[in-house]
Amino acid sequence: MAIGVKVVRRPDSVSYLRATLKGMTLTFGHLFRRKVTMQYPEEKSEPGWSLSPRWRGTHRMLTDEQGRAKCVACGLCPQICPANCIKLVPGEDEDGHRYPLIYEIDEFRCVFCGYCQEVCPEEAIHVGVHYENAEYDRGRFVYDLERLCAQTHPVSSLWDPADPRGE
Amino acid sequence: MSAELKGFLLVAVLKILVVFTAINVGVMMVIWLERRASAWMQDRLGPNRVGPEGVLQSVADGLKNILKEETFPVVGADRLLFFLAPAMSFVPALLTFSVVPFAAPLPGFDVTLPLLGRFTYTGPISMVVADLPIGFLFIMAISSLGVYGIVLAGWSSGNKYALLGGIRSSAQMVSYEIALGLSLVAVLLVAGNVTLSDVVAMQQRSVWFVFALTVGFVLFVVAAFAETNRLPFDLPEAEAELITGYHTEYSSMKFSMFFIAEYSAMMTMSALMATLFFGGWDIPFTPWDEQGPPSVGRTLATLGVFFVKMNVFVFTYIWIRWTVPRFRFDQLMQLGWKIMIPVALAYIVVVATTVYTLEALGWEVGPTYGLVLFGVNAVLLGALLFGLDHERLILGARQRARMAA
Repeated sequence: MAIGVKVVRRPDSVSYLRATLKGMTLTFGHLFRRKVTMQYPEEKSEPGWSLSPRWRGTHRMLTDEQGRAKCVACGLCPQICPANCIKLVPGEDEDGHRYPLIYEIDEFRCVFCGYCQEVCPEEAIHVGVHYENAEYDRGRFVYDLERLCAQTHPVSSLWDPADPRGE
Repeated sequence: MSAELKGFLLVAVLKILVVFTAINVGVMMVIWLERRASAWMQDRLGPNRVGPEGVLQSVADGLKNILKEETFPVVGADRLLFFLAPAMSFVPALLTFSVVPFAAPLPGFDVTLPLLGRFTYTGPISMVVADLPIGFLFIMAISSLGVYGIVLAGWSSGNKYALLGGIRSSAQMVSYEIALGLSLVAVLLVAGNVTLSDVVAMQQRSVWFVFALTVGFVLFVVAAFAETNRLPFDLPEAEAELITGYHTEYSSMKFSMFFIAEYSAMMTMSALMATLFFGGWDIPFTPWDEQGPPSVGRTLATLGVFFVKMNVFVFTYIWIRWTVPRFRFDQLMQLGWKIMIPVALAYIVVVATTVYTLEALGWEVGPTYGLVLFGVNAVLLGALLFGLDHERLILGARQRARMAA
């Protein structure tokens, strides 16, 4: 038997009537208990519960002071992406700075593993603490660079091996 | 057309319209109540979006169901019966309420309307659609027709699970109908009449029959739960085993018809419990509601009381549903045939003997008469519940295993 299983011995004789009445008092009592339902669109968190900071949702590209994407088009994220959902075409300006010409993430293909954020040397691409992604059009799920930069939601803190419990 | 005939027709049509509408609106409210109450019992909130506190949820669902596509099973289904079955369970469920008196009578009237002429109605207007002299026998007859809808739905679907549900329901309803009828014989013995308004009048004169006929009430409640296919007797549906049984193949409004039928049957049974055992529209502890000439205020007050009584039972239906688990089929049959029917038969003998003795002693029907019956019933109920309890009559799995060993 599995560890920690508590075996309760059944009494030899059970009163059905008493059991039924006890059950009915229990269900009646629950009528007036505090409800656990969170009324979603209005309430998104409540005391004692909120979305984990380690939540990996749709992406966000961080920007520098001039509002340009921090991405240097090194190509590590499309390389590591297990779902192959990142499309990156690198470009280079006259000073030799590399930047992404095209940077697109197909959020439908994405498996939200967070490897892109982990691998990014510039801390540019992040998975976000965000989950409301409804669109009217399939095409809108391919996020381009402009859209990724425009996101404002908090970014995932990911899982830290040194601090496995997130303390 | 004479003024009397016109008055009669007006009253009849109005009563039918009001009761029909009230039942249909009531069904929607009860469905909403069931969903809210079940949610509350599970610490959830339930539907609370459509309208204030979600009361219009059933309207939204009804609208959705009317607009949804209807599907027909293609292989092995009987088209005609498949089409008829929802109506066959829907109509009897609505029909039964017509003999239930729901309030004190209204005063007659004599009015002259423009264009339509003079309408008169002499004497009190009884607040019942049809005050049939056969009373609850009519309800027994019509409510047993409801089983056809379920059986034919199961059979015509051409689906194994639906068929099993239909078979179960026919077996269940046939067996519990006997107990239901027998438990009402006791009411007949004491009230001396099957007409529901007379049963109400009798309870106003003595005591409510729940005291005079406690065992009968218990039997009636159990049988009524089984008749309406509600938990713990909802074996025709039994989601876990039968994918909802007889209405597996039904979609859109046809499915809704079964739903409405179930809930209106539930309401009728609750109304019957209130009428037969809880004094109907009688307001307790005051003779005000049954004496003197009829008035509108009295009708409204008694209607309110009836409404409350009925809804207590509707709530009990819901409450029981979310408390007691479903019976196994052999347990259901065991309870029906080995306990309910013999107990009901023995009970008839006891009640008949008591009534005969009391009449031989020359006692008039009144409070003391009722109290004597209550004493007899208290003893019987104690003995019955003691006998049934502690696995003495219904075998638990453990005891069965012990006996086999």
